[in-house]
Amino acid sequence: MSGIRFPFPRKDREPITDTTLLMSVTIGIFGGLYVAAMLVFGGGFLKPQQIFTMLNENAFLIIISCSLTVVMITGSIDISVGGVTALVAMVDVMILNGKLWPQAEMNDGTRILCAALMAIGIGLAFGAVQGFLVAHLEIQPFIVSLAGMFFARGMITIISVEPQKTAGAIKTMLEQRIEIPWLGSPNKKGVMIPAKMEIGVIIALVIVAAIYLILRRTRLGRSFYAVGGNQQSALMLGINVRRTRFMAHLISGLLAGIAGFVFMMHTGAGNATNATASEMNAIASSIIGGTLLTGGVGNVIGTFFGVLTLTTIKNIVMSSGLTKPWWQSITTGAMLCFFILLQSVLLKVRTTLQSRKEGAEKDRIGD
Amino acid sequence: MDNGTVLTMRGISISFPGVKALNRVNFTLREGEIHALMGENGAGKSTLIKVLTGVYAKDEGTIEIAGIPGHITIHSPQEAQRLGISTVYQEITLCPNLTVAENMYIGRGKGMGVPWKKMYREAGALLDSLGIPARPRQLLKTCSLAVQQMVAIARAVDTQCKVLILDEPTSSLDDREVEMLFGLMRDLKARGVGIIFVTHFLDQVYAVSDRITVLRNGELVGEFETAMLPKVELVSKMMGKELEGLADVAPKRDAEEEQAKVYYQAEGLSSTESKPFDFRIREGEVNGFTGLLGSGRSECVRTIFAADRVTGGRVTVEDKPVTINKPIKAMRNGIGYLPEDRKRDGIVADLSVRENIILALQVMKGFFHPFSRKKAEAFADEYIKTLDIKTASTDTPIGSLSGGNQQKVILARWLLTHPRYLILDEPTRGIDIGTKTEIQRLILKLSQETGMSITFISSEIEEMLRTCSRLIVMRDRNIVGELTGDELTQDHVMYTIAGGGN
Repeated sequence: MSGIRFPFPRKDREPITDTTLLMSVTIGIFGGLYVAAMLVFGGGFLKPQQIFTMLNENAFLIIISCSLTVVMITGSIDISVGGVTALVAMVDVMILNGKLWPQAEMNDGTRILCAALMAIGIGLAFGAVQGFLVAHLEIQPFIVSLAGMFFARGMITIISVEPQKTAGAIKTMLEQRIEIPWLGSPNKKGVMIPAKMEIGVIIALVIVAAIYLILRRTRLGRSFYAVGGNQQSALMLGINVRRTRFMAHLISGLLAGIAGFVFMMHTGAGNATNATASEMNAIASSIIGGTLLTGGVGNVIGTFFGVLTLTTIKNIVMSSGLTKPWWQSITTGAMLCFFILLQSVLLKVRTTLQSRKEGAEKDRIGD
Repeated sequence: MDNGTVLTMRGISISFPGVKALNRVNFTLREGEIHALMGENGAGKSTLIKVLTGVYAKDEGTIEIAGIPGHITIHSPQEAQRLGISTVYQEITLCPNLTVAENMYIGRGKGMGVPWKKMYREAGALLDSLGIPARPRQLLKTCSLAVQQMVAIARAVDTQCKVLILDEPTSSLDDREVEMLFGLMRDLKARGVGIIFVTHFLDQVYAVSDRITVLRNGELVGEFETAMLPKVELVSKMMGKELEGLADVAPKRDAEEEQAKVYYQAEGLSSTESKPFDFRIREGEVNGFTGLLGSGRSECVRTIFAADRVTGGRVTVEDKPVTINKPIKAMRNGIGYLPEDRKRDGIVADLSVRENIILALQVMKGFFHPFSRKKAEAFADEYIKTLDIKTASTDTPIGSLSGGNQQKVILARWLLTHPRYLILDEPTRGIDIGTKTEIQRLILKLSQETGMSITFISSEIEEMLRTCSRLIVMRDRNIVGELTGDELTQDHVMYTIAGGGN
């Protein structure tokens, strides 16, 4: 079958997608900022440990930013992740310091395992309930997860009004660091101190990789994009939209649970004010990394660099002597504004260029 | 079932509350044919398609599909697809943020993973063989509408489809794009796919289809071979008028109108919605735009009133050049317009009858100079009496009035501005026969007694023949003829719509 011939040029190389474009810009800006910080502030920024410290402190943020990226790609939102993180941290600390189930005969390893399972369980429970409300009862995801956030924060106080801490052998076990000697740097006395990385960072990196693969390589992941792109079309294309939206929230909840465990490993403490406003930082990181709030566009690699960019900016603000916490908020706000502006300008310029090119192509064919 | 038949629908009936949407309709589709489904608004085309795609459940009748024994019942669009019935809708139902290939394969197949390489290879091969100018890795939103439409067809065809339904696929495409789409349709036909083509463009039907099934008012008029059915007969079948004995209803009226002064004249007038056209109307003349649904008649009058954005043309009112680019300017030039969709463009449902009546006059006067209550009351009373509007009081919200009375209120609104030229777009749709006659009588009275020029549009051709002394005939968004005097008969109108007969 020959078909009709069209005088269109066939190219094998496609222009990069919007997601890739926005992500590359973010990575570029992160690199630029970091190099600038190295040149201007020197000191800490020159040591590889600086990067590891950023990762150590933000491992949980990376994980919940992945949550947000998944739900935002699906065209939904989940602002309960910070609350779930804090709730899991509190429950886990109380399991580990023996205040929860004190009569149970458990050794330290079992208690840690128990805490991990609890983290996953709480996360899945939040994800499943919210997913059901959003996908099957079609309630606004913002309202659903706002309720989830209040619920989680309230639960923390019910479990314990007092801040809780881990102690003893378990504390030592959790505080284990992975040492990387070849990335070490000398301290003031000239002794080489190896770079230290927390186990939570490994978990976060594994999650970034896993979510990347899910989004890119699985049918479920592609359904997230389709539903976020156009829900009605996705339905007509034979995608189970309800199941897809449910799964997005389930994954989000699960990741928030894991983030809680990682948070607990990092701080060793449970407190009602833990991870406050971290969901907002996660949304900001996703947006900076190139995820659109309108759905259908986004990528977790970008999100990962979004977290690093945001943290680097905060570090730069600190290093310039503006140590008060509100300066960080102000710069975060300004940066978010800047990135959104940059993104919309980039996408607009791109669309204009493309349509101009198409117009030219059409004219040529018309001749 | 005969050999070569892919789909047989027999005696399909379906009722909605108060309406028999389809009454014992038969439809047969053969392998490798393009079968046009024609009918005016409300004829039952969409209902028939929706029965076939599982959106509506039929009340009676049988459906058979080649290769599947026995009668089948279709419960959902997904099930229709599994049975080999694919539909491509007027509005594109694909995801703009995914690649062309993904749009062709997403939501199908089994397993967890996405075989990207295989998908791109197969998509490339299919697009190539169908001659669709899209690249598999291209994002869908970078394709033109026509190409997106073709990608949707490629997806439909790849799901082992035997029956392809194209529901108004050409309505947002330009001529070159329509040609591309037809190329693809002919190609698919050669592969043995049966295509049901729903459209209201007559020329397109004759350009590609092999057979035509005509529906009217939910009933089957008949199935015809396109080559054997002259256009004029198709039009008459769609409109439900036999050619012979179409009586000379049109009363002869004022032929000397041609000597009257020209009130409004436009040359090459165009808007975002209509192609350039020439038009003039004399004082005291009643003329009309006629044509099938979607032929562009409403768009023309909307352009005259500047209800859509005017893009070009020269206009004179009483021989003086004027610029009319906003409805308020048209009003200041003595033009009034009663829109087709009174629910959307006409009434303000929560306001009272009185407020609705004085609205247009108030706009012309400016909102900073409100009428006194007494004056408004007087205006309202006058027209309620003249037009015999049935309302409890002038304070009644217009939303609670019947359709016919709402229409009269809007007519009163325009009459109050004392327009020199009034455009009435479907003023009689959906109102009872008594009120219809009243409105027709009023149109004639206004033109003869006050010298008002009136342009009248109606889907009912008799109505126009009764009132208009000149008819402008449109087809596929172009003016194809102008009828006056003796030519004002249904036969002539149909011949002209069909393009000079044959």
